[in-house]
Amino acid sequence: MTLPIASIAPTGQSGVVVRANTVKRILTNPMGIIAVVILTIMAVVAIFADAIAPFGENFANIAKTLAAPDAVNLLGTDSAGRDTFSRLVFGTRITLLSAILCAAVAIAIGLPAGLIGGYYAGKFDSVANWVTNVLMALPGIIVLLTIRAAFGPSVWVSMIAFGILISPGYFRLTRTAVRSVRNELYVDAARVSGLSDSRIIARHIFSVVRAPIIIQTAMVCGVAISIQSGLEFLGLGDPTTATWGVMLSEGFKNVYLTPTLLLWPGLAIGLAIGALVLLGNAVRDALEDAETIKPVKKNVEADAPARESRESRKTPAAVAAGTEHHLLRVNHLGVGYPQADGSIKKVVDDVSFHVDRGEVLGIVGESGSGKSQTAFSILGLLPDNARIVAGSIQFDGKYTVAPGDDTVVQSRLTPLRGARISYIPQEPMSNLDPAFTIGSQLVAPMVKVLGISKKEATARALKLLADVGIVTPTRTFAAYPHEVSGGMAQRVLIAGAISCEPDLIIADEPTTALDVTVQAEVLDLLRDLQQRLGVGVILVTHNFGVVADLCDRVVVMKNGRLVEEGPVREILRTPRDPYTITLLSSMLEDKEPMTMLVSSAKGSASA
Amino acid sequence: MLTFLMKRLVAGVVVLFAIACLTYALLYFSSANIARNILGEYATQEQLDAKSAELGLDQPLIVRFLGWLGQALTGDLGSSWFTGQSVAGALVTRLPVTLALIVTAIIVIAIVATLLGMAAAVKRGWIDRVVQTAAVVGDAIPGFVLAIVLVTFLAIQLRLFPATSSISPDSPSSAWTASLTLPVIALVINGVTGAAQQVRSAVIKQLEKDYVRTLRSRGISERVILFKHVLRSAAPAGLTVLSLQFIGMLGGVVIIEQIFALPGMGALAVSSTTLGDIPLVMGVVLYTVVIVIIVNLLVDLANGWLNPKVRVS
Repeated sequence: MTLPIASIAPTGQSGVVVRANTVKRILTNPMGIIAVVILTIMAVVAIFADAIAPFGENFANIAKTLAAPDAVNLLGTDSAGRDTFSRLVFGTRITLLSAILCAAVAIAIGLPAGLIGGYYAGKFDSVANWVTNVLMALPGIIVLLTIRAAFGPSVWVSMIAFGILISPGYFRLTRTAVRSVRNELYVDAARVSGLSDSRIIARHIFSVVRAPIIIQTAMVCGVAISIQSGLEFLGLGDPTTATWGVMLSEGFKNVYLTPTLLLWPGLAIGLAIGALVLLGNAVRDALEDAETIKPVKKNVEADAPARESRESRKTPAAVAAGTEHHLLRVNHLGVGYPQADGSIKKVVDDVSFHVDRGEVLGIVGESGSGKSQTAFSILGLLPDNARIVAGSIQFDGKYTVAPGDDTVVQSRLTPLRGARISYIPQEPMSNLDPAFTIGSQLVAPMVKVLGISKKEATARALKLLADVGIVTPTRTFAAYPHEVSGGMAQRVLIAGAISCEPDLIIADEPTTALDVTVQAEVLDLLRDLQQRLGVGVILVTHNFGVVADLCDRVVVMKNGRLVEEGPVREILRTPRDPYTITLLSSMLEDKEPMTMLVSSAKGSASA
Repeated sequence: MLTFLMKRLVAGVVVLFAIACLTYALLYFSSANIARNILGEYATQEQLDAKSAELGLDQPLIVRFLGWLGQALTGDLGSSWFTGQSVAGALVTRLPVTLALIVTAIIVIAIVATLLGMAAAVKRGWIDRVVQTAAVVGDAIPGFVLAIVLVTFLAIQLRLFPATSSISPDSPSSAWTASLTLPVIALVINGVTGAAQQVRSAVIKQLEKDYVRTLRSRGISERVILFKHVLRSAAPAGLTVLSLQFIGMLGGVVIIEQIFALPGMGALAVSSTTLGDIPLVMGVVLYTVVIVIIVNLLVDLANGWLNPKVRVS
């Protein structure tokens, strides 16, 4: 029993508007159809109860108690000789009405309060919030018991009280939804154009909370039925009205004699609540659009190729002769994502390049050019649903992705990652685990990869922090990620990347997320470290200034394809591909490229 | 840290006071028949008036409330109007039953839901579909209906468990186990599916975070990433669900205890509110609210320990 108010977490999708085709989607969802059918039947039974039920709700035939089902009493009779079927029918009416009453009361209180609190914030909001907290801490059932003691065993009174108790659910839901749109541009626009607040709330904001409210209401009705029947089951219901809970209570008293008396009301309660929960889920699924269905399909389709790659893992692969000396060689690589219609959308197509030891290769392109996807294929950190559709990758003379593989074989890359290939991410803050100190996040990989003791690793980590230009290594070591600046965090990540002395570092836009002044410092640091350690680097960037500053060679990518490759000086001086020319001219603003090179490293960082 | 604790404690006391006022006011409306309830059907009007005066029922609401409050502040919750037993004494014998039931259920739910939720999030496939479907089914079946089914089949028909119980704090542990197994199962079945679903989505959300990819790139094993990093960051979501379930169960046990005939706090709540035993009702309400406040405080503390960012603010 997880009944009272608090158990109703806001379930809706905030910010979603109900559209006409939502209804259609609900009705094409099998769960939705089942729910709608059950609820419709129940509604019909409730409305025409007087015509459907063969007996009155309290008509008792004393001569025929606890009877088995027969032609007259379709479901038998109870201990007072009343017809179970008729009482079930009348119970439907009262149960549905009381659930609707409860939800109506809760909406009438929670919705306006949430709209006003969310829209105007301020005093009203804080008071409403406090009231919400008190209501949610109230022991719901005990309040209902008290109210029953005060006002008698009326279903309606207890459902109004429960509606009040449960209204914080609506308040919170509405308030959150309104808050999320209150500062949207279109609401601002409406305000500027002179619409009154009440019009804005009615037109723009109400449309946003409608969907979550519908979902919440389905859930609330279910809980209301559950609570109400629970109270009646305790023997606290009105014995003169036939409700499912009262029937359940009477059935339980006779459980040793006629257990079937429990079955029918129990089934009715289960069906009603089940249908409401299914309806709520169906509405939510419909609002979440078809998008949620696609990834599921993807996985199903992807199962088959995954099995094939497991086969190919066994076959040892030898790389092409004469290419073993390259540190890394990417050969005609293609990466794609399966789509719902069975096709594969390629994000990397026929890309080839190599990196030698101690060399810095730049991969340049706009966002969406496939440069990050290429980098992640090398690291073996593509999303689960990504597929290698063509080509191969070899590292230090061995395949990490052999020709014919369609996923990255993790068993080949696991020993390399961290130890020989490492990674510097783009956004420093989100790439450190906020729950652990910086020190522990530096120490753990060294202990694992280098097999050294924690103490040794700590000493190394402190030295590394000093090496990457952190003035107070001991303090940074003990700090949590949120206690350091973005530039510091990026230095920490660089320290992590060089901590296990890798042969290849893949830096994915390592300066993009940083302030302009910090960018230059981090680039200087990268250049120093690269020269000092003689490590190979792949620098993924959209910035030709960075390339000019750091790289030996560069590949230019566009729409997943490689458009140009060559030494940096050559490409900067005489770009052959029109796309490279466009990229360059947009960076250097029509000035003579070579003359700008030295200062452009820092100057263009602001671009 | 200390100021955080103090703030929460002050807020808790304010909520406690507000709820005491509210409940007492509500009980005022139900005090018409109390003397009659105590003395029985054949008491004369004089006897009734005398009893009312003795209990202070002839006083206005505010006087009665202040009288009760003054006593309660000294730690004396009074004694039952019906049995004469002290409120604290009555609660001390009842509370262990209710708490044992709920705490055991919550611990089992926490373990099973974490395992199921993580398996669903990491492995996907069939286990994911099972967890998601079970969450809907679990939502759809009211806990007390499930409890009735369990008691009817396992206790009454198959006689595997006792259908009624008379455990008290000094009963042997075997009696506790026999009495609590079935109600715990009922609470667990009802709560575990929803909790597993929440753990699942929290774990999936964490697995999509950038730092997970970076940990992988550092050569950290998948097992360590899951159990040390992801589980820790996903834990606050799970703890919140568990605390909500705990609070929900405090109310829900009223019905569960009735079905399994357990002598816990729920049965006390029903009888005292029905009769109008105001000191006892207030005692039940205060104890319940204090437990709710303690649970919320513990969850906040645990979240602070799990997430250093919260600790600072």
